[in-house]
Amino acid sequence: MLTLELCVAGVMLISLIIYMLTGGADFGGGVWDLFATGPRAKSQRTLITQAIAPIWEANHVWLIVIVVLLFVAFPVAFAAISTALHIPLTLMLIGIVLRGSAFVFRTYDVQSDTTHRRWSRVFAIGSVITPVMLGITLGAVAAGTIHVDIESGQVDTDFISAWLAPFPFAIGFFTLTLCALLAAVYLTLETDDTALQEDFRRRALIAAVSVGAMAGLSFILSAGGAPTIRRGLGNAPWSIPFHILTGGVALWGIWTIWNRQFRLARVLVPIQVTLIVFGWGLAQYPYLVTPNLTFSNTAAPDTVLRPVLIVLIVGGILLVPAFWYLYAVFKGAARKTGQTEEDIST
Amino acid sequence: MTDLLAARAQMAMSLAFHIIFAAVGIAMPMLMVIAEGLWLKTREEVYLTLAKQWAKGTAIMFAVGAVSGTVLSFELGLLWPNFMAYAGPIIGMPFSLEGFAFFLEAIFLGLYLYGWDRIPKLAHWFAGMMVLLGGTFSGIFVVTANAWMNTPTGFSIVNGEVTNVDPIAAMLNPSSFSQALHMTIAAFLAVGFAVAGIHAYFLRHDPDNLFHRRAFAIALSVGAVFALLQPISGDISAKRVAKYQPIKLAAMEAQWETERGAPLRIGGIPDEDAEETRYALEIPKALSFLAHFDFNAEIMGLKEVPREDRPPVTIVHFAFQIMVACGIVLITVGIIGGWLAWKHKGLPTQRWYLRFVTFCTPLGFIAIEAGWTVTEVGRQPWVIYNIMRTADAVTPMPNLVVPFISFTVLYIFLSIIVFVLMRRHIFQSPRLYDTN
Repeated sequence: MLTLELCVAGVMLISLIIYMLTGGADFGGGVWDLFATGPRAKSQRTLITQAIAPIWEANHVWLIVIVVLLFVAFPVAFAAISTALHIPLTLMLIGIVLRGSAFVFRTYDVQSDTTHRRWSRVFAIGSVITPVMLGITLGAVAAGTIHVDIESGQVDTDFISAWLAPFPFAIGFFTLTLCALLAAVYLTLETDDTALQEDFRRRALIAAVSVGAMAGLSFILSAGGAPTIRRGLGNAPWSIPFHILTGGVALWGIWTIWNRQFRLARVLVPIQVTLIVFGWGLAQYPYLVTPNLTFSNTAAPDTVLRPVLIVLIVGGILLVPAFWYLYAVFKGAARKTGQTEEDIST
Repeated sequence: MTDLLAARAQMAMSLAFHIIFAAVGIAMPMLMVIAEGLWLKTREEVYLTLAKQWAKGTAIMFAVGAVSGTVLSFELGLLWPNFMAYAGPIIGMPFSLEGFAFFLEAIFLGLYLYGWDRIPKLAHWFAGMMVLLGGTFSGIFVVTANAWMNTPTGFSIVNGEVTNVDPIAAMLNPSSFSQALHMTIAAFLAVGFAVAGIHAYFLRHDPDNLFHRRAFAIALSVGAVFALLQPISGDISAKRVAKYQPIKLAAMEAQWETERGAPLRIGGIPDEDAEETRYALEIPKALSFLAHFDFNAEIMGLKEVPREDRPPVTIVHFAFQIMVACGIVLITVGIIGGWLAWKHKGLPTQRWYLRFVTFCTPLGFIAIEAGWTVTEVGRQPWVIYNIMRTADAVTPMPNLVVPFISFTVLYIFLSIIVFVLMRRHIFQSPRLYDTN
């Protein structure tokens, strides 16, 4: 039955997917900034900067939407997560602060190569820490190691063992590879310079293979590290067709990147990421925090959820066209950059 | 340092840091929209240059504000999980609305900062308006959630359990209007005078520079208008506090005894052990009058509640005095500026006045920090006034001094960088002169 809390949870899952597809790609941009190499290293960095500059702050707000909905609609779960996962969340916040501020500092600090490189390094490291820690958090939530007493809401935790384990770390780096893949695929369409396009094609292929490897590793580790998820991913009636679908889209995505059909790749890769996040949501249902917090036993009363849903609908009507307009202006068909950038690095 | 103290210190430090950037993010769009609007109207190039120059500075401040705001939204849970488990649903309405307001602000800021050549001129100006509205409402909603902590409404407690949650009633609690009004005006006031102060500094050395003349005119007007409005909202706030949080008012005024015709204290040193306030300049009956509009109204003293239920009086009293003093100076600057402009029929660029305005650059922000100290420290020992103690809200996480020191070091580092970058940005102001 579609209860109010499941509607809110659905909005949260959709927000998480959009956050991955937009904000995740911005972090992926930071990854490729870190690995900018070869004769076009500087052009690669410039392209990444131009691609994310107008949109990263708006993309970032999806994360805030998720957090707010979590504490409004599922307050006990929010308290449990932020207690047991205090350390990875704090590290994630430090990553967010470093990434965002280094990005603007780099734009507005003196334009010398040394300064630029220094801020680039901070920006890139922040961009790596954040998705890894976000992934570790989600992995720990799925792992079933955060035990909460439903009656008192008290968390039984030593603050470390819930996340310092192979499975959450695998999910952390899985998340990072997804971000890197999205960014590389998007970046192939941000430039007319074919050499630069080739750079990101190669990076997209490397990332796609890494995604496959991390997905496999996460699945293997889930046997011991996240039994609930494993049951959902392995034994549910939908699981085999779902795996085939996700795998098929992933392979087709790699095929299009290989054949330089970048426009098609930019459709397929986001679908692949969407399916992965969605599949995780399905596998974990009905648990919000495994093993004992479900959506229904942590939900706020309907008197709270109903107005929140109304706000989400009305707000969405304002927000979606605005968000769309932002992308139409900066990511529309006419947009091409990078080709004017002279290659001056050696 | 106990974990509770570390958690409080981290929260206070994060808020004190964020509030500067938040206020700039709320108020700078107004200056930018005015400048750009004047450009659209007059087609004078200097206004466009000004809007662009202001937008650049705002971009830095906004980004740091966005990330430090994210830190705060997580810290609510990282430091105060018991508070959030209890209050999250009740104050969810303003936070959800804030999410959308902030979203619109971020979207239109992207369009504003990078869309100068990409979207039509009027659409660009409209984007600026949306940034202004998004920022202002975002601030209002967050303050509304804080107001609920001061005057919690919209729920009932049956056998220790929260029931009958009415999020709308919680949002419209008795402090919402007064606090939101006071803070919003404070943001425009502080930023208006800070910007005016910076441009006044340059005008003193370069009095004919059209860029600084126009900038000074806009910023000083905004600062002065809001300075004149602030006493009204301050009065509304004081009366609300007097009615709903009498112990906070007693701490603000260092009033120990309950008395009729209580005096207004200027200065003075509260002695929390001896329960008295020494060396204060007392204006007879003025506090009773200001708080209740009646010279003989009764004012509750701190002794009415046991020591463990009192806020730290010295901090609250001093912070309140600092806020009011800064406010009075800024109102004076605004009035003098208006009078000079009226008398000389032009921009008030007398050297002594420019020096005065420059001196006032940080005062609005000092007032904001002091005002928040009054609100937050004055609510102690409660996180939800008279319902939940701060000590009961804190996370069981040990060694909280580590994240406190980490974030402090991080924010000091960011403050230095922002200061250096803003300084460089400001010193690169264009030199434009009237060619006629």
